Amino acid sequence: MRQAFVAGAGNTSFGRHEGRGALDLMAEAAQQALEDAELARADIDGVLCGYATTLPHLMLSTLFCERFSLAPAYAHSVQLGGATGGAMLMLARELVRSGRCSNVLVVAGENRATGQTRDNSIQTLAQVGDADFEVPNGASVPAYYALLASRYMHETGLTEADLAEFAVLMRANAARHPQAHLREPIRREDVLASKTICAPLKLLDCCPISDGAMALVVSASPRGDARVAIAGAGQAHRHQHLTAIADTTNYGAKDSAQRAFAEARLQPADIDYLAIYDSFTITLAILIEELGFAARGRSAERVRAGEFSPDGPLPLNTHGGLLSFGHSGVAGGMGHAVEAFRQLAGRAGSRQIASRRKAFVHADGGVLSSHVSLVLTREGEGPG
Amino acid sequence: MTARSLCAPFAEGLRAGEIRYQACRACNAPQTLARYACRACGAADLEWRAARGTGRVYAVTTVARAPSDEYRALAPYTLAIVELDEGPRLMGHAAPGARIGDRVRAGFFWFGERQLLRFAAEE
Repeated sequence: MRQAFVAGAGNTSFGRHEGRGALDLMAEAAQQALEDAELARADIDGVLCGYATTLPHLMLSTLFCERFSLAPAYAHSVQLGGATGGAMLMLARELVRSGRCSNVLVVAGENRATGQTRDNSIQTLAQVGDADFEVPNGASVPAYYALLASRYMHETGLTEADLAEFAVLMRANAARHPQAHLREPIRREDVLASKTICAPLKLLDCCPISDGAMALVVSASPRGDARVAIAGAGQAHRHQHLTAIADTTNYGAKDSAQRAFAEARLQPADIDYLAIYDSFTITLAILIEELGFAARGRSAERVRAGEFSPDGPLPLNTHGGLLSFGHSGVAGGMGHAVEAFRQLAGRAGSRQIASRRKAFVHADGGVLSSHVSLVLTREGEGPG
Repeated sequence: MTARSLCAPFAEGLRAGEIRYQACRACNAPQTLARYACRACGAADLEWRAARGTGRVYAVTTVARAPSDEYRALAPYTLAIVELDEGPRLMGHAAPGARIGDRVRAGFFWFGERQLLRFAAEE
């Protein structure tokens, strides 16, 4: 079977884009991705797009194609919550490997911050909870994750101060990215003193709501000097609702990662860059521990030791993650993969870290409900 | 006659002051939330049973930031996931200060058009 390569990436800044809609933002990111991949519109024969809570359209992919003047041979949108971006990249890889498509544009974006009220956004998201058993209690996504956190912290000894380390690291990374939503440096004490949203989660344990878009092109051949292959992919879906979680030692990330590593014929020890979903600090801590990049309850020790820092052995979300680069729905969840591609391809500009060859990308949707893992590898010699 | 939704017996139970859960007729496994088939053996043969309303706190949070005006009147409020003695887990309100591992008993309160659960320490 053919290989699939990430050929180019694009993004808008994240934050507030007053007056701009989902399609406006998607178009900016997509245009940049085409230019980065040095491809013309006519070269794009597949289009996958996410969903936009501010533009709930039956056919978002072809609506976008008309406006953006694309006429692909294959197009649709994908819905898998925060894991949508990962799922689209996995599918784009399959489309390329099977020979169905040669160049697949993967794009998502929305004006999630300025296109609706904060209450509307929070209520839309809360509906990932069970409509009969959970939502009527006045639950919300932060409440689901707070409940999850309470149990996980009870079992592992992870503390609020531990979680704060992840918020500080993501903010420090975002401070190096001019397009990040939140760039003001914070200290651990600031996180601990920030107002409680749903105990034990405080404001700075939660990602912001942002406007923004991301795009990637997945192609049958590498473009320019960026020889970054999608070497393995896997998914796992073990529950939908928080209440139905059966096993706090395997929410699904472990299964998903094992499938991706097996396909890439690699192990976690081979990985030298991490791109991990971080809707909340607890999300990041749980995923890192379940994926085996830290012992259970011990992930913060690796943060304190600088091991996940840009100059450490296993840099993590060097763009600042959802926690500080920002969360614009599907695009927010694509940001990790976009940054992983840029770091591997040597295209991260002033944020460029020392040469990296193997990145692990993991996204989750819902309440650690849907998991998608990807292994990206830089082939050949490539940049320093 | 109009068909009933999958979850209707649970909602009707709450209105009647009773917690109802599904169990498998084939293997007896209790089910969390509502399903069309047994999570343990896959049999599509589930029945609704009444729970005693006692259990143990499995997870807990205090919601300071309510999701809408409707719930802001209640905030801050405590939400818990309780593991019922019969086995299923269930989300409900809980008395302030509830901790993981606490023995609790279900109570009920009206909120708008709905009756909701509130767990408090077992007497």
